[in-house]
Amino acid sequence: MKAALAGLVVVALAASAQAPAPAQSSAQDMRKSGSAFMGESTRAMQRDDTQNPAMLWVANGEAAWHTGAKKSCTACHGDATKSMRGVAARFPAFDKSAGKVITLGQRIEQCRVGKQGMPPSKPEADELLALQSYIALQSRGMPVAPPRDAPTSAAAERGRALFAQRIGQLNLSCAQCHDANWGRKLAGATIPQGHANAYPIYRLEWQGMGSLQRRLRNCMTGVRAAVPPPDAQDLIDLEAWLALRAEGMTMESPGVRP
Amino acid sequence: MARALVHMPKTAKAGEVIEIRALIAHPMESGYRPGADGKTVPQDIIRQFTCSYDGEQVFAAELHPAISANPYIAFFTVAVKTGTLEFTWAGDNGFTQTERMALTILP
Repeated sequence: MKAALAGLVVVALAASAQAPAPAQSSAQDMRKSGSAFMGESTRAMQRDDTQNPAMLWVANGEAAWHTGAKKSCTACHGDATKSMRGVAARFPAFDKSAGKVITLGQRIEQCRVGKQGMPPSKPEADELLALQSYIALQSRGMPVAPPRDAPTSAAAERGRALFAQRIGQLNLSCAQCHDANWGRKLAGATIPQGHANAYPIYRLEWQGMGSLQRRLRNCMTGVRAAVPPPDAQDLIDLEAWLALRAEGMTMESPGVRP
Repeated sequence: MARALVHMPKTAKAGEVIEIRALIAHPMESGYRPGADGKTVPQDIIRQFTCSYDGEQVFAAELHPAISANPYIAFFTVAVKTGTLEFTWAGDNGFTQTERMALTILP
């Protein structure tokens, strides 16, 4: 009787130890990067730096890293390949001096305007995308690692609600396409899962570089919703949620998308 | 100056076929697209790309309005002698840009 009980306990322990692991890994396996939905030639374009058009922006960003009106990025941050490693994987994040959650683009602007004495950039300006691409490149291959502090988590939580909220004349939410119908077709294009692990991206449709916010605003236009202005709180909250949603996925920045 | 990136091996053996990849930042405005004001944006494209190897032209391409922005051109040539490869893009509005790359022949 005692032996049978002990056997049961052992079986129960073994079952409880094994059970969560496969469940977790299968949940992880369900997540696919947008590049998994692309054609082989587009994937090759992203994989191969000699073909990737985003490298034009990276080259400009690298040049900009060493210059500045008052002082260069190098003066404070040194070698970007070391100091900027993993930085892009941790944005959006709460910034003490701004007192709110900001994106990588806004963080670069803080430095450019505040420390370097440069005039503010227009949203989606090439010089900003160039620095963003160069900094994001340093995180390539690293896991997406959004910070877990209270303000960033709160922003992500608001973003989660926005992701599920129906908007626009078409009355669609992000989740309806990217959670419920990924892998299916929307017009001629395959709907990806909407993971933001390759931004900024060179989009072949744009024939240029663009930020995650440009992509978000694109979708909002697509469902005929009122589009928030660049760096609106809603967009930052959505970015924060997307970062959390893609946590642990490999950074591909700067990516290529069709 | 537009940003241009040329990728090719720095060294090769005599007679070896080498691949050259040239990418340049250019809007390649087709001349058929309406701008924000509804008026047609004037054409602004690269019309010709040439590659000369030690002064001798080894590759040339004509570009047309249907070609996308930031054109990427990949081609092959035979490495024959140590020298400079000169890449020239020329187009509308007096656009011209030249990049040079050195190629060394290994014994």
